[in-house]
Amino acid sequence: MRRWWPPLLLLAGAVGLWEVVVRAANVPDYLFPAPTSIASSLHGDAGLLAHATLVTAREIVLGYLVAVAAALVIAIALHASTALRRALLPLLVLSQTVPTVLLAPILAILLGYGIEPKLVVVAIVCFFPIVVNAVDGLRSADPELVRMMRTLHGDRLAIFRRVEFPGALPAMFSGARIAATYAAVGAVFAEWAGSSSGLGFVILQAQPALETARIFAAVLVLSALALALYALVSLAERLTVTWHA
Amino acid sequence: MPAKGGVTQSLLEAKVQAPGGVAARELVRVLGGRRVLDGLDLDVPSRARVGIVGRSGSGKSTLLSLVAGLDEPDGGSIHIAGATERRGLLEHCALMPQRDCLLPWRSALDNAGLALENAGVPRRDARRRALPLFARLGLGGSEQLRPAKLSGGMRQRVAFARTLLADKPVLLLDEPFGALDAITRAELQEWLANALADEPRTVLLVTHDVEEALLLCDRVLVLAGGRIASELDVDVPRDGARREVVTSTAFVELRERALEAIE
Repeated sequence: MRRWWPPLLLLAGAVGLWEVVVRAANVPDYLFPAPTSIASSLHGDAGLLAHATLVTAREIVLGYLVAVAAALVIAIALHASTALRRALLPLLVLSQTVPTVLLAPILAILLGYGIEPKLVVVAIVCFFPIVVNAVDGLRSADPELVRMMRTLHGDRLAIFRRVEFPGALPAMFSGARIAATYAAVGAVFAEWAGSSSGLGFVILQAQPALETARIFAAVLVLSALALALYALVSLAERLTVTWHA
Repeated sequence: MPAKGGVTQSLLEAKVQAPGGVAARELVRVLGGRRVLDGLDLDVPSRARVGIVGRSGSGKSTLLSLVAGLDEPDGGSIHIAGATERRGLLEHCALMPQRDCLLPWRSALDNAGLALENAGVPRRDARRRALPLFARLGLGGSEQLRPAKLSGGMRQRVAFARTLLADKPVLLLDEPFGALDAITRAELQEWLANALADEPRTVLLVTHDVEEALLLCDRVLVLAGGRIASELDVDVPRDGARREVVTSTAFVELRERALEAIE
């Protein structure tokens, strides 16, 4: 708990300074809202934000789960087949040069304005760090352990289940934690490309109306969502990888 | 490999009962352009305990890998109970590597039962079979501990229990105590001598420690120049306390002869 105090103090100081400067210089709210204005927007727009948060949280969580499942399946396939790894891994790396922001509108045209294109965008954004870390983790199994397993009745499947997969879990989780911080951004891009609800939609609507405080409030909630997902993944890691202590 | 416990168990027991003599003929293995093994002949009778000593780089571990079926020789052949192919050799040998190679995510007991689970025995039955061995090997009380919580000596004992429970007729021990401090090593050598007395298996012990080989084995082979350069039968009494054994005239003479052969 003690290590949380320095960043919290720094944050509180920065927020306090922000309030004082904005108020002293009489900056209007639509240009740059003071923290108290953002807080009152959080309160005043609570109903609107709550609904939008539920929509976006659903996109984030479901899209993230799709990414984890797809990444695990593909990582295991890439691990099992050298030919597949040689063919597919370079293409996966190449695919990362395509900006996801540009994929979102194409997917909206292709899949409509429902939740599907959002899930796909979130999943695409989150997929890569998980799959790359998982493949690396699976390949980095100690060859001495594999030799030992082979003299102890261990076939390919046993070596995978009892040595390679558990050994790769820490790497998989670090990929999953990185991906957790991407998910919220992916959901917002997807909503900007075409939607009628969600925090990204709220931001899009608030901008021409110069409701700047509401934009800040929505961004704050988005950060909280990303942080919550990150915390959940870290908790899952602590419950799963129990031997690192 | 049969999938269910009962069948596997009886098959495994049958295998341990089966003769597990090891014979190698004209064995050649070239690594990095060097003939590490160069026409090596080896005969280990069933249930004999044979030590293989030699300088580092003399091919001791290479020989074990070939016998275990983990590596293919460049020439010559290996026979264990009628098997000559790598797959067949692999069926007959259990390897205990220098590092304990315990899986950090498994408890000590589940590490010991690893080979049984690999052979298709359900985890519950594997634990039931590993448990009595734990008591016998001085591991009682540490069943549920993860390897990180065990001392080096205890980890080595668990690794040995795991090797025994593979139920193979041939045990290949590759510097099993190489990573331990001198006191723990002496303790474990005595412990291993007792454990092996209870478990009649064919044992190939690779070590750079001549004394260890003379204490634990019936015969010691000196590996040099890619072949067995000399053979020593260990015919000295080894019943007394360790200090008395290793300082007896016969033992000291034997050790001198072994060291000379290594030079």
